[in-house]
Amino acid sequence: MNKLNFLKPDKENITTYLYCGLFLLFIALFDVILSSFLKINITSFLPNSISFLLPLVFGTIGFHLIRIEFSGIKNLDLLNKNINTSTFNAVLTLLIIFAIIKAIPGTLSWFIIDANIAGDTKEACTGSGACWTYIKIWLNRFIYGMYPNELQWRINISFILLISLAFVGLIPSEKIRKFLTLYYVIIYPIIAFILIYYLISGGSLGLEWVETGAWGGLSLTFIVSFFCLIFCFPVGMFLALGRRSILPTVRYISIGFIEFWRGVPLITVLFMSSVMFPMFLPEDFFMDKLVRVIIAISLFEAAYVAEVIRGGLQALPRGQYDAAKSLGMGYWKMHVFVILPQALKLVIPGIANTFLALVKDTPLIFVVGLLEIVGMLNLAKTNPKWLGFAMEGYVFAAIIFWIICYAMSRYSQNLELKYKTER
Amino acid sequence: MSDPIIKIENMNKWFGDFQVLKDINLSVEKNKKIVVCGPSGSGKSTLIRCINRLEEHQKGTIIVDGTELTENTKNIEAIRAEVGMVFQQFNLFPHLSILDNCTLAPIWVKKMPKKDAEELAMKQLNQVQIADQANKYPGQLSGGQQQRCALARALCMEPKIMLFDEPTSALDPEMIKEVLDAMVNLAKAGMTMIVVTHEMGFAKEVADEVIFMDEGMIVERAETKEFFANPKSDRTKLFLSQIL
Repeated sequence: MNKLNFLKPDKENITTYLYCGLFLLFIALFDVILSSFLKINITSFLPNSISFLLPLVFGTIGFHLIRIEFSGIKNLDLLNKNINTSTFNAVLTLLIIFAIIKAIPGTLSWFIIDANIAGDTKEACTGSGACWTYIKIWLNRFIYGMYPNELQWRINISFILLISLAFVGLIPSEKIRKFLTLYYVIIYPIIAFILIYYLISGGSLGLEWVETGAWGGLSLTFIVSFFCLIFCFPVGMFLALGRRSILPTVRYISIGFIEFWRGVPLITVLFMSSVMFPMFLPEDFFMDKLVRVIIAISLFEAAYVAEVIRGGLQALPRGQYDAAKSLGMGYWKMHVFVILPQALKLVIPGIANTFLALVKDTPLIFVVGLLEIVGMLNLAKTNPKWLGFAMEGYVFAAIIFWIICYAMSRYSQNLELKYKTER
Repeated sequence: MSDPIIKIENMNKWFGDFQVLKDINLSVEKNKKIVVCGPSGSGKSTLIRCINRLEEHQKGTIIVDGTELTENTKNIEAIRAEVGMVFQQFNLFPHLSILDNCTLAPIWVKKMPKKDAEELAMKQLNQVQIADQANKYPGQLSGGQQQRCALARALCMEPKIMLFDEPTSALDPEMIKEVLDAMVNLAKAGMTMIVVTHEMGFAKEVADEVIFMDEGMIVERAETKEFFANPKSDRTKLFLSQIL
């Protein structure tokens, strides 16, 4: 057996080093876990500062001892390569692990262990954790807003229909496949509009009219996001093309439009749409404030979409334009068949980015009195019977928004893969 | 002698203040094969890009197949449909399969039924021997195959004139031959061709005439044999001595 040199662990005494290193690491983790879960400090006999730093010191030494290159043990090599390449990285790794361990008990107890969900009143929440009773009681309002309870089936049916209609693209029939683009770009939005207009809004066909002010909650989030996404995309696309047009009028109008909408905050735009805009309209002309808000957000986001798409257009090599032109294609044919398919594919991540931002901007419509999910939360938290549960509400909203946005993000990644034709 | 299919008179072109083409006069008869050579920056590419108006000329006239190239978009598109072009960088459409690359323009520009367009495309792809690659995407093909596909794509429009802008300059040496072979076949089939190239072997084999350009001017135009045997201007002699 060679002499052990603890400053320079080598392969020859690998077992010794491994046992020592892993033992130290174990002690470090054990200490942290004990102190964070059970509030026991096994090193309390030491001065405070040393006791506090001991796990880090032990862990660092432990990592140092097991840092043996080409040990031949697959998992060890993997570990060394990824989180233990140097002392500095070992310390960072330890700090992150410790932070996670420290955070677990608090999070768990707030979310689950000390949380309450039973009961119907504020008094049922006796634990120190979250009061999910609040969410449970108000869930109906968070989803449907002020929409009358007995009419909520109309929203349910509309959304179920719309979601199932969205899956038409999965029907593996050649005949239908041809019309898919047309369906998704034009027919589907029209169906959506008709459903929302006749079923959710009502007022005809024997259905009671529900004014848009009563709409709200998550369903309103979906309605606003859906229409804004659908409208802002084509408008943005035309603006992007317009900004690159050789016709000066078209170009300057596009530039002016884009720079104007990009230059003002969304909240002012929304405010203007509800307060200023009606002043410019004839007296007897009425436009619902939901429609006004959707138009305002669409135009606002269209400016961003336009700039994203313009980036894609500029990334295309000039040769693509030359080739399309040399085959006799005019401006529109060239753009529809050659330029836009490639440019849009390039900017899928950028568009997804803008769309996510759009969805998360929808809470701002509270300034015109429309209360989507966050608006409803704000309303509920000021209810005298339910004061003091803002935290639960915002966590709930954060989770909902995260689910929506993560789904969109995954979808955009799928699109990227689907349209990837390069090697 | 028949009427020239391309007639260029006193054509001048500037990029900003810089004059790229100076008083170009050129007429090309049907079925003639012309090779344009010259040092880089001499305006060869710009010249042939002017013929289908990928570049705009500022002075003079260009008449292609009886139609003058002006601002008139309809005319330009009609002429582009009759004049095929092959580029140095292939410029295939990467988002479309090889077959779709070839059928896109016939279907949408010439309004050909899809079935006919596909038949024609397969015929042309067969001619350049890449019919077996029809369903692949350009990114999956070698440079030589891509360039042959670009040739087939241009031919699918059944053009009267073919322009080649240094078609082999971006290729590996072993791929140059397969592209040149396809071009030779096309020449033998009687196509009117204007080829910008440094491949003097190709010029000797195929060209009826060779044009030598320098500094935006046509320095010399001669029958192929004459051009290589006794070039008249000193500039041509110098150029030939450097590349041969």
